[in-house]
Amino acid sequence: MDAADSTKPKVSPLYDPKVRGIAYQVALCALIGVLVYGAISNAIENLTRAKIASGFGFWTTTAGFDINQTLIEYSNISTYGRAFWVGLLNTLLVAALGIVFATILGFAIGIARLSRNWLLARMAGVYVEVIRNIPLLLQLLFWYNAVLKALPEQLQESFIIPGGGFLNRRGLFLPQPVFGNGSGIAFVALILGIVAAIIFRIRIKRRHEQTGVRAPVFAIVLALVVVPPLVALALAGFPIDFIYPYPGRFNIQGGIEILPEFMALLFGLVIYTAAFIAEVVRAGLFAVSRGQTEAAYSLGLPTGPTLRLVVIPQAMRVIIPPLTSQYLNLTKNSSLAVAIGYPDLVQIFTGTVLNQTGQAVEVVTLTMAVYLTISLVTSLLMNLYDRRVALVER
Amino acid sequence: MNQVTSFLRPAPLNTDVAVEMIGVNKWYGDFHVLRDINLKVMGGERIVICGPSGSGKSTLIRCINRLEEHQRGRILVDGVELLDDVKKIEEIRRDVGMVFQQFNLFPHLTVLENLTLAPIWVRHLPRREAEEIARHYLQRVKIPEQAEKFPGQLSGGQQQRVAIARALCMNPKIMLFDEPTSALDPEMVKEVLDAMNELANDGMTMLVVSHEMGFARQVANRIVFMDEGQIIEANTPEAFFASPQHERTKLFLSQILH
Repeated sequence: MDAADSTKPKVSPLYDPKVRGIAYQVALCALIGVLVYGAISNAIENLTRAKIASGFGFWTTTAGFDINQTLIEYSNISTYGRAFWVGLLNTLLVAALGIVFATILGFAIGIARLSRNWLLARMAGVYVEVIRNIPLLLQLLFWYNAVLKALPEQLQESFIIPGGGFLNRRGLFLPQPVFGNGSGIAFVALILGIVAAIIFRIRIKRRHEQTGVRAPVFAIVLALVVVPPLVALALAGFPIDFIYPYPGRFNIQGGIEILPEFMALLFGLVIYTAAFIAEVVRAGLFAVSRGQTEAAYSLGLPTGPTLRLVVIPQAMRVIIPPLTSQYLNLTKNSSLAVAIGYPDLVQIFTGTVLNQTGQAVEVVTLTMAVYLTISLVTSLLMNLYDRRVALVER
Repeated sequence: MNQVTSFLRPAPLNTDVAVEMIGVNKWYGDFHVLRDINLKVMGGERIVICGPSGSGKSTLIRCINRLEEHQRGRILVDGVELLDDVKKIEEIRRDVGMVFQQFNLFPHLTVLENLTLAPIWVRHLPRREAEEIARHYLQRVKIPEQAEKFPGQLSGGQQQRVAIARALCMNPKIMLFDEPTSALDPEMVKEVLDAMNELANDGMTMLVVSHEMGFARQVANRIVFMDEGQIIEANTPEAFFASPQHERTKLFLSQILH
């Protein structure tokens, strides 16, 4: 023991912050341990009393129910495990499309709200205030019951969409392309065209950097992607057929069927989340000081490039964290599908499967784990992007 | 003469008169910021504008590149009148460089990218040439070694010199300075004034809002004194400091020249 320690006045362990800190943590751990033990033993006890075998044995049992939207093969003789994947894919489908459209709509409205055009700015403002102040569940019910259920019920009265589609209360029916012999060549041509377009873009960018010469990039890229497959198709004699939906006895038959439940859920999620994203975008643009815009203007940059090259890259730093939250909210809110009967993970798995098997603990835990995983992956990707746009300070 | 070398000296004006303001008035709501401003700046002339805060000095030079709109009167820049024509305004802004009190560098871009952004996107220069020009001007303001750094990593004086270089990379005919040294620590003021001095020696047309009376005495052809939105007097530095005509000018000078 050295001199400094020996001269230190003695402190009662009761008042030593270190000792206290350790004591609190031990107490907290003990409490959590007791609660977890209690919950598990309680569950086991109840399961034995209800004579329910725990475990995932049900996974390979036949489900015996139908699902009206399946991205992978499924029928009522498929297993519960298969039903889980169907539900998960349906959730991912609506979440992914929702995120893409909500981002586009949200950015457009957020920027419009700051527009100097009085009418545009006011309309964007009214949109945000109305949409974000009405509960999402109500909005979903509105789209489903008030809009889509108001569509014609009689087959003969279905709206006919130019090009061979139908829209009625049972959904949206679109022609389904069927690729015949020779369309493989067109597909190859399309891929070659895309590759050529990418190479062209890289070269044109390099040429611009070296010589300052510009080219109509968009037009040429479009031509490279569109023309080769069309030529290939023409050479093969247009081997693409469409299965056109046609009014059958009870419903429209054939073609691609898009459920009204899916449309209602997608509309609701996109429109609702876009209002929040618009506010996030507006806050982000506000956070970039006026001086940045003035500096860009004073260098002769027009409004568009100023926004694109100077303001938005800086606003992204402020936008990304709350934008991530909105993406997570949209994904989690998609579970409200249950209210309008869209077959998402919650509706199929914690709904039908849980009711039929009674495996509440397994089903609910697994579903929670799925949402947790989706959310953590989304956060991770957004954080990676956030790190890339972070500012370098001293 | 190739593009790069043409960018390394001040661009010539088309007319003798660089900036002409005729009966310019501006209001912020009810507040009358500029009252009947008449000012004629000849090519190559160096004007220092001073006056108490709120007198409209910054607003005046910000009207020249249309960061502020005037409501009455006419402003001509190198013979082109500032009207509500976006193309004309962009054309004028290309030829009029501006340096701000708060530097306003783009913090997400490196120093070199700050300097090449406008030449590439507005003047359509190849990147290589734009970088060559940028390095030349960084050399001129004596910080060539900072090219790859971000603005946040530089001192205030270095940032302001980058801002001057950034404006010069567009090869402007006229340079506007809005209190370029007011946000700087005292020991950094000199390095910025030195850069401005050198620019003046090259024959650049300059309008400078500043309270640096030493700089004004040394560099200005004329000093313009403003108060309450009006030009009170405009004179050569010698006459301005030796025999100010107005009471208001005398009071101002007595307060800043201790």
